[in-house]
Amino acid sequence: MERREEVLDAIKEHLSQRGIEANEVSEQSDLQKDLGLDSLDTVELTLGLEERFGIEIPDTELEGVGTVGDAVTLIEKKMSVGT
Amino acid sequence: MNEVVITGLGLVTPIGTGRAGFWEALLAGRSGAAEIQGFDPSALSVRIACEIPDFDPSTYMSPREAGRMDRFTQLAVAAADLAWAEAECSNLPAPEATGVVIGSGIGGLSTIEREHDVFRDSGPRRVSPFMVPKLMPNAAAGAVAMKFGLHGPNFAVASACATGAHAVGEAYRCIKHGLADVMLAGGSEAAITPLAVSAFARMGALSRRNDEPELASRPFDAGRDGFVCAEGAGVLVLESREHAERRDAPVIARVAGYGASADAHHVTQPDPAGHGATLAMRAALADAGATPDMVDYINAHGTSTPFNDRVETIAIKEALGVEAKRVPVSSNKSQLGHLLGAAGAVEAAVTALAIRDGVLPSTINLTDPDPDCDLDYVPEGPRETRVSFALSNSFGFGGQNACLAIAAA
Repeated sequence: MERREEVLDAIKEHLSQRGIEANEVSEQSDLQKDLGLDSLDTVELTLGLEERFGIEIPDTELEGVGTVGDAVTLIEKKMSVGT
Repeated sequence: MNEVVITGLGLVTPIGTGRAGFWEALLAGRSGAAEIQGFDPSALSVRIACEIPDFDPSTYMSPREAGRMDRFTQLAVAAADLAWAEAECSNLPAPEATGVVIGSGIGGLSTIEREHDVFRDSGPRRVSPFMVPKLMPNAAAGAVAMKFGLHGPNFAVASACATGAHAVGEAYRCIKHGLADVMLAGGSEAAITPLAVSAFARMGALSRRNDEPELASRPFDAGRDGFVCAEGAGVLVLESREHAERRDAPVIARVAGYGASADAHHVTQPDPAGHGATLAMRAALADAGATPDMVDYINAHGTSTPFNDRVETIAIKEALGVEAKRVPVSSNKSQLGHLLGAAGAVEAAVTALAIRDGVLPSTINLTDPDPDCDLDYVPEGPRETRVSFALSNSFGFGGQNACLAIAAA
């Protein structure tokens, strides 16, 4: 759970640098519909998280990611593989 | 054929942002040159430039928009925003008939440098997905259209240091020939980077007067030793006279003609006889239906390089004949440095203001005239005089020349 919070905070921090306030972001937020991210924003977010957590997320695995929660789950999974 | 008038000016420059502040600083003789602040220049042979240290993109756009733009696009959007407000454009009737021509000499060089470092240090996966849309020189024209919802003709021109003038000229033609009612036109540049300054310095194009930055840009002076790199943007709102009158817009001046030519001589050096530059001035006069005796002022390209200022003087004499000795000529680059792709647009704006207010900006730092530069360069300070018709010269690397004729409204 702690790790889940950590990942969520990292996502919030990344988005806040792009003008999306942390209080607008929850696990339920849809990346496109609620936060207005386009495909380029999503790639950029992925790169930021890869760098932050020392993981690599293949583009194919991003396809199922719709919400912030989906992204958190995916990153958590990658991190546990690494540890 | 439509008459084309100027109804708004947006200026983001090293000596001031916004028309009023900029014009006041220009007429006060202020120089924008200083030691480079944007990066540590200590390893470089040239350590001076004209920067805009206090530019804050958040005044003009959201942080999210700013993050998707290179600095040159941010500066262009800011200039367009200022021009748009001045022209009172908020209720334009036809977005389909409103277009944008904004060019850049270089484009998003700082983005290229940054992402190249990422590529080298962290590998291809880490390269930003925004690299291409940030670096492309047409990004500024696209961003301005998106900001205001404009669906008319939209493109960038690229002719190095003549870009801004070509952009204004091409936009003028769009309106003249009925392709658009309103055009935002200009240029933008933000290329004060370690790589660009090193490269221009290696060409021998830049002044090395590092200890006296404010004296470094000295067009037509015997002691000139190159230009000073500058960053900034200029955007003009051009409009058919009919459209401007219908909506009761404030008219500053009129674009009366445009001439373009090529030296076809050398990639960086001007044709020593000034043939290409002469052709551009003659073409602008012909397009305006004007003759040399009508010219009240020339806003020079005047870069402060030994070559340009000598050849431009020759070309002015060729184009204007016996009238050349009578016509005052001044170079804003003495104060602004060389805005590269933005220079022609900012200088067209200055020319329009000179006409509207009846005052010529000075060529500062001209204390020891080069014997080969023997025209009236307005060295003593701003000069009050009636200006009904003026030319604004811009010449680019590549041998590409543009001349705009601007007249009283």
